[in-house]
Amino acid sequence: MKKTFSIGGVHPADSKIAAESKIETLPVPKTVYISMIQHLGAPAKAIVAPGDRVRTGQVIGEPTGFISAYVHSSVTGTVKSVGLRKDLNGIPVVHVEIETEPDEWMDGIDTSDTLVTAIPEDRQFILDRIKNNGVVGLGGATFPTHVKLCPPPDKKAECLILNGAECEPYLTSDYRIMLEKSEQIVVGAAIMKKVLGVGRAVIGIEENKPAAIARMQETVARLRSEASGYDGIEVMTLKKKYPQGGEKQLIDAVMHRQVKSMGLPIDVGAVVQNVATSLAVYDAVQKNMPLITNTLTVTGGCLPADRQKNYLFRIGYPLSYIAEYNGGVPEAASKIVSGGPMMGKAISNLDATTQKGSSSLLYLRESQTLRKQESNCIRCGKCAEACPMGLEPFLLNKLARNGMMEELEHNAVQDCIECGCCLYSCPANIPLLDMIRVAKGEVIRAMRARTAPKK
Amino acid sequence: MNKLLVSPSPHIHADISTSRIMRDVVIALLPSVIVSILFYGWSSVILLAVSVVTCILVEYLVTRYLMKVPSTIGDWSAAVTGVLLALNLPPACPWWVAVVGAIFAIGVVKMTFGGLGQNLFNPAIAARVFLLVSFPVAMTNWARPAGFINVDATSGATLLGVVKEGLEKGDTLGKIFETNDFSYLQSLFINIGGSAGEISALAILIGFVYLLARKVIRPHITLSIWATIFVFSGIFWLIDPEHFTDPLFNLLTGGVLLGSVFMATDYVTSPMSAKGGIVFGVGIGLLTMLIRYFGSYPEGVSFAILIMNSVVPLINKAFKQKKYGRA
Repeated sequence: MKKTFSIGGVHPADSKIAAESKIETLPVPKTVYISMIQHLGAPAKAIVAPGDRVRTGQVIGEPTGFISAYVHSSVTGTVKSVGLRKDLNGIPVVHVEIETEPDEWMDGIDTSDTLVTAIPEDRQFILDRIKNNGVVGLGGATFPTHVKLCPPPDKKAECLILNGAECEPYLTSDYRIMLEKSEQIVVGAAIMKKVLGVGRAVIGIEENKPAAIARMQETVARLRSEASGYDGIEVMTLKKKYPQGGEKQLIDAVMHRQVKSMGLPIDVGAVVQNVATSLAVYDAVQKNMPLITNTLTVTGGCLPADRQKNYLFRIGYPLSYIAEYNGGVPEAASKIVSGGPMMGKAISNLDATTQKGSSSLLYLRESQTLRKQESNCIRCGKCAEACPMGLEPFLLNKLARNGMMEELEHNAVQDCIECGCCLYSCPANIPLLDMIRVAKGEVIRAMRARTAPKK
Repeated sequence: MNKLLVSPSPHIHADISTSRIMRDVVIALLPSVIVSILFYGWSSVILLAVSVVTCILVEYLVTRYLMKVPSTIGDWSAAVTGVLLALNLPPACPWWVAVVGAIFAIGVVKMTFGGLGQNLFNPAIAARVFLLVSFPVAMTNWARPAGFINVDATSGATLLGVVKEGLEKGDTLGKIFETNDFSYLQSLFINIGGSAGEISALAILIGFVYLLARKVIRPHITLSIWATIFVFSGIFWLIDPEHFTDPLFNLLTGGVLLGSVFMATDYVTSPMSAKGGIVFGVGIGLLTMLIRYFGSYPEGVSFAILIMNSVVPLINKAFKQKKYGRA
């Protein structure tokens, strides 16, 4: 039987229209704008000034806290400005503007295609490379990877889970890298397995990607026979059910363990990394290559078949540049989403630039995405049935509208993972998640205030 | 370029809406409606028309002029109540009974609580019980109006009524069935005598399968009602087959099928969880059989559903979904 998480979930059509498009490399535009906030935690501090010449792979932003990350120049060229510029969310963030020239890579970066399968022995060497090359989680949260790979001493990692579920409809970038860069991903997994000191690494892939499952299985078997350090890595076929790739859901599916409320995966011995992160770890450790590239899907039902693409991009490319290169925003598009249709962000600012964690430009038609008029709750219970955290969205919605904070906390609003299953399945079009999201923020703030040390 | 929409996630929605669900219920009721019209003719047509029109009109008037909100008749739920109410009436009952029932169902049971989703009781069932108490003669007049198809049936009364009366007179079941020419096969297809919607078990079952296939309802509630009635009456029948009707008879006669498929499964007035649904169904089954065997009314489905409606909030509280990571 195929593995899956035990509570809730929905089955949106997978719409992987761009699945068969091989990854194409986008040419470098004339100007790039590199954001200093491309990770969860403290922003990076720009260490270049206008007029400076930078090379590809050079550090231009330094971390400013424990949870923070380096930012590197994705191009060679001259810094034109360092200043505020609106990001994806329309929020002003420090960006480094660079006028580009042909690539001149920093010394010590291996730009060759040669596969390096030997796993370094020195754990600290690996962690330093991951940290110094600015690797962050590419599954959505962009949490600094070196932090996640160093669990506190009282917690013991037992299993590394590689997330290849790609359960969001439309997105195909993880699928493509699993097909085209399977070796690098498996080497990355072996490296992380080594750092964590765990015996088991599971690569979870949804059943709707049989080619990726076969390719990854074959790669794991081959590397195991060719090099050492590859034992204990397995590919697991998961049921197609959203949100299979949710961290908590994936742990439930793979290890049959559930992370306690407000807890971390490491509490149950799990470390979850996306397959794209594994690829970045490979580049960082084996090639000393900083995280300046990633794969992004340009797709949507209103985009012609020959323009469904998976692009290799570098950080700092304006989204408008990618859209133009692809042939322009289609007439019928009413909404552009960065990320998947269930959890991605709707964007209005196409001047925003690509970041380490960018995964898609998804064009949606008005008929697909326009919210319908809300009507009375008919108590069908579909939201509760769909909620993968076992919450009761209909109840949380009512409590939220009445500002009942204690009851909200009692009914676990803080456990919401904002997957969108409730709103997706509500026949009365009640904006359940909108209300719950706001209430969750307030409840978590209140909980933190309570546990914070008194001054 | 178009003006871009910006809204929080999720950006897509399942192909589901209240009106689609309600429309599916109406479609599922069509086989029973057609059978009713075929066998009870114009009487049935009039009852259906009057009931549906009154339900929609009352909801329209209440929303627009009393609540002063946009009309909600577009969600088809008033139409569902209208059809269900008509199918719950004796075919020969006067048209004004349907009007009174519709006004009560929508005006009192549904809208005074705030409209769709807010009512405690199923409007059609509550109206049927209201009418039964208010107009006992009209509501138990089982005369058979002329249909477009006419069949020879021996009695104008309901089988359940005949059985109850016979048992009270001291007859055995064998004798009652024999004098009334009862056959199981016939009751599966055309069971003349009873409410307009109770003629054909088969027509109701077609609707049941349609609702399941369209994923409008889950089978828990309906099946647990059937199972409870089957087991409960089975035990009594095995002990004393001369005085307690058998399981099949109890499933196929009266309002069990119509009630268990269309009324007990009403989202608003049934528990949300599957486990809660089973408890709810078992309760309806037990109450129905207790009323049939030991009560003074020959039929108890409506009362059973109504009573169980009132404990739904408690059931919901008792059977909550297991939360992730809080075992």
